[in-house]
Amino acid sequence: MKTISCILPLSAWLLAPLMLGIINRIKAFFAGRQGQSVFQLYYDLAKLLKKGSVYSRTTSRVFRYVPSVVLSAMVLATLMIPWGGLPAPVSFAGDLILLAYLLGAARFAMVLAALDTGSSFEGMGASREVQFAALAEPSLFLGMVVLAIQTGHGGLSDIFASLTSASWQSAPALLFLVACSWMVLLLCENSRIPIDDPNTHLELTMIHEVMVLDYGGPDLGYMLYAAALKLWIFSALLVNLLVPSQLIGHWMQIPLFLVGMVIMATLVGVVESIMARLRLMQVPNLLIGAGALGAMVLILKLVG
Amino acid sequence: MANTIPILLVLSCIFLLGSSRLRVSIRMVAVQGLLLGVLPLLQGDALLRQEMWLFSLGSIAVKGIALPWLLLYVLQKMNIRREIEPLISFSASILIGIVLLGLSCWVALSPRLASGEISPVTLTAALYLVMTGLFLIVSRRKAITQTLGYLVMENGIYTIGVGIGNEFPFIVEMGVLLDVFVGIFLMGIMMFHIDREFDHIDTDRFTELSDRITTYESPAEWKEMKS
Repeated sequence: MKTISCILPLSAWLLAPLMLGIINRIKAFFAGRQGQSVFQLYYDLAKLLKKGSVYSRTTSRVFRYVPSVVLSAMVLATLMIPWGGLPAPVSFAGDLILLAYLLGAARFAMVLAALDTGSSFEGMGASREVQFAALAEPSLFLGMVVLAIQTGHGGLSDIFASLTSASWQSAPALLFLVACSWMVLLLCENSRIPIDDPNTHLELTMIHEVMVLDYGGPDLGYMLYAAALKLWIFSALLVNLLVPSQLIGHWMQIPLFLVGMVIMATLVGVVESIMARLRLMQVPNLLIGAGALGAMVLILKLVG
Repeated sequence: MANTIPILLVLSCIFLLGSSRLRVSIRMVAVQGLLLGVLPLLQGDALLRQEMWLFSLGSIAVKGIALPWLLLYVLQKMNIRREIEPLISFSASILIGIVLLGLSCWVALSPRLASGEISPVTLTAALYLVMTGLFLIVSRRKAITQTLGYLVMENGIYTIGVGIGNEFPFIVEMGVLLDVFVGIFLMGIMMFHIDREFDHIDTDRFTELSDRITTYESPAEWKEMKS
């Protein structure tokens, strides 16, 4: 059991950059391009780690500490993600709150660094990031509370271990709506297309990308890798919810989940290819809608 | 599983509160009508009873097809596509919608109402439809959205009737359905003519309407006089 548990974070650390590669490949396919290699982010990370760092003279020590803080928060968060019936290496009642606040701490550190650069573009990006995160966070918590009530457990591993196909049969609409609200959350938190465009080249419209604009070398590598881990965490939560734990043996869960993650990456890629980015004024409406969905599901769950 | 239709009804209400496109809103009300048509068939032994099928088909025909078609037709003849500036913004409407959902849940769970055979989720959805309908009527400017609000409100009352089931006479429901049909039909015709004559259907400008205008040749001329 112990060794199986260790495979979960290990595969997250190894395979997280692959998800972004798959998303890019899907987008290239839709655009009719050949596209970059699926392993491009690995090459990028290897290249960045070999380089030296350049720091602006306006920045203080905060700016230098932040990449390590962000990366370590994400690495810790991956330790708490279970896969269906397989428990995570770190699990206790209420760890979902720790997970949410580890992600919050990473975001806070990133915002501090962005403000530390003294650049007005980065300040703007930080302001948007915080605004959207504040609107997106309720949907994570409300969804989690619904799952906790549904399964009667308070820890991530317990929740997803007892979320079986029977729970899907008893409350299909509610669980599906939680999944919808989490999908919006995933796209928002990872700055994917309807909310933010990861490939944009105009600082005025960037949200996440503009905040890491001043980093270079290993620091940028840390930030990119942390972003890949974040995408992995949110996709894993969604896959956990959508693919209920089956009783087909623990070793079968791992390939099943990897397939789920590939499908999730494909889904994100398809969404990015077929949708246009929302106007910035429209984004809060979408996020409030996702949060309202979560609140609605919670209220209906409490009723019956 | 039995709760799926009430949940979808609540979801469609939240969509209506947050949507500015009138065409999509009308379609959503049509979806509500279809869902309501299916609802009575899921009550106990309803599948075996002939009048239930008639009832269900009648409400699908009126609420799911005829009335939305009429409203879409009116919308097509008018020069508006969106509710542009509602009195209460769309995000605020959604948040108020959640508060209303909490309120209707609280009312549905109060012991006086919960004792009947209607399931609490259905009752919550029904009360929520009524409240959303009322809220749409007071918070939107366009007459067509207010008509939709009226229709949503009626859907809520219908849901309560279906939930109570046997105690609600079939003939009364059919009568109400006819009333609603005539009501919406008249509203549609009125909106059509108001839009024709005055080039807008903003209800907060209805106070300016008077038969004085008939002395002008065309709406364009009237507009010139106004400006």
